[in-house]
Formats: sequence, structure tokens, C-alpha cells
Amino acid sequence: MSRFTAGQELAPHTFLINRALLVAYANASGDQNPIHQDEAFAKSVGLPDVIAHGMLTMALAGKYVADLAGGSASVKQYSVRFTKPVVVPAGVDVELIVSGKVSEITDAGDAKIDITAICADTKVLGMAKALVANA
Amino acid sequence: MLNPDLVGRTFPGATSTSVSQESINAFAAVIGESDTSMATPTYAITITLDQSQKLLQESGLDWTRVVHGEQRFDIKRPIVAGDTLRCDSTIESARVMAGNEIVTVRGDLFNGEELVVSTWSTLVVRA
Repeated sequence: MSRFTAGQELAPHTFLINRALLVAYANASGDQNPIHQDEAFAKSVGLPDVIAHGMLTMALAGKYVADLAGGSASVKQYSVRFTKPVVVPAGVDVELIVSGKVSEITDAGDAKIDITAICADTKVLGMAKALVANA
Repeated sequence: MLNPDLVGRTFPGATSTSVSQESINAFAAVIGESDTSMATPTYAITITLDQSQKLLQESGLDWTRVVHGEQRFDIKRPIVAGDTLRCDSTIESARVMAGNEIVTVRGDLFNGEELVVSTWSTLVVRA
């Protein structure tokens, strides 16, 4: 029984990103760059506000794919471009809407998934793709 | 500018990282993953990006000007607690585009002789 078929549209999921999540990700990942936590610092280097770690956005979109594929063990390859920052103002839950489409079932039987991640009507990941087991 | 002689060179990891259950749990908790029997797909970045940063800083690159451009993972099997991972880093390419320096570093995570995960981080050094 295969989960995925070529051309299949995958139901979107919304993740919420806020300042507390950025602090949690910084602690879990070791990436303590102040642009992800310190508003004054972020603005001093020309950013509109604190921005999320690109790798947090990638991790959340990866969770989306892993859930659809039956768990983390199914994810074989995963790649993204960080095209736009996810801006996270104080006191706000920013919505990250992740969706996907199965582009291909490979000869080996794995599924290729194109991922779309949107925040404030803007695509924040480009060329986001995963290869997952299709069991 | 990165010394072009470094492109193509592999720098074996000098130390190994023991993966703890606590670190897997912490990473999983942030993204809402309840299955902590294995690391989530992007967990490897907690080891490889740190190694890339050290390598590039030692090579004279200004890390304060670095933004993450692209990221790729090739996962042979999920990382699990108890793995002792060595990260070999290879500078795969370095080029200049529109005044920005763009460097791609591959990190290969080995548990003993077993390649577990490879990561490719493309970093943009803003002019």
C-alpha cells in the first residue's frame, strides 16, 4: 500500500512561530545569533525586526513532510533555499503555512515532494524538495 | 575572501559529538515532534553548521556577515541517541556573485566508519 501518487496535492498545515519558539530553537540548536532574538540588534543590521532561523522554518516544513510520510525515518533527502526571511514581531504568533505536492514516484519507489512554505503571503522557501519512502 | 586553495579540501573532524537523548528531545519539542526514538531530519545541522562555522572562521571568513542561502540533507539513516558523530567538512565551492561571496560546505557525519548523514550548507557572505 503506497501513501503517495504522482500529482497528489498534500493538505496544508499551519505552524505558529513566535519569539518564545525562536528562543527554544536557539537553545536546542546552539544557534544563538542575536538577529533571531534581539530586536535592537536585528534592526541595527538592517533587518525589519527579529527574523526566524531559516533552519527553524526548514525544520517545521520537514516535520510536515515527515508526518505525511509516516515519520522521520521515511525522510531520505531534503533541500531548501532560504528566499525570504520570516519576520517575527514581539507578541505575535506568525503563521507559516506549509503545503506540498507529489511531483514524482521514482523508479526505486520513493516519492519526490515539492514543498511550499508561505508566511505573510510570501514564499519563504524556494526549491524546497524532499525524497521520502513511499510505504 | 576565502583562499581558493581551500576549495575541494576536506578537513577531518578533530572531535566527536555524543548524541544525547536530551538533545534529540529538545530539538523535537521545538517542532512538536512526539517521536523521540530518533532525531528529526534536520537535527544534523546542530553538529555540521557549527563545524562549518569554525572552519570558515579559521579560514578568515567574516561570520557576522554570513546568511544561510541553501541547505540540503542526505540521510542514510536517522541519527539516534548514543551515536558518536565525527563531522568531516569539505569546502565544495566558493564563488563571487554580485559582490557577495557564496561558499558551499559539505559536512559528512560518521558514526565510526558508517556515514550517517551528509549536509550541504550554502552560505552567503554579504559584501
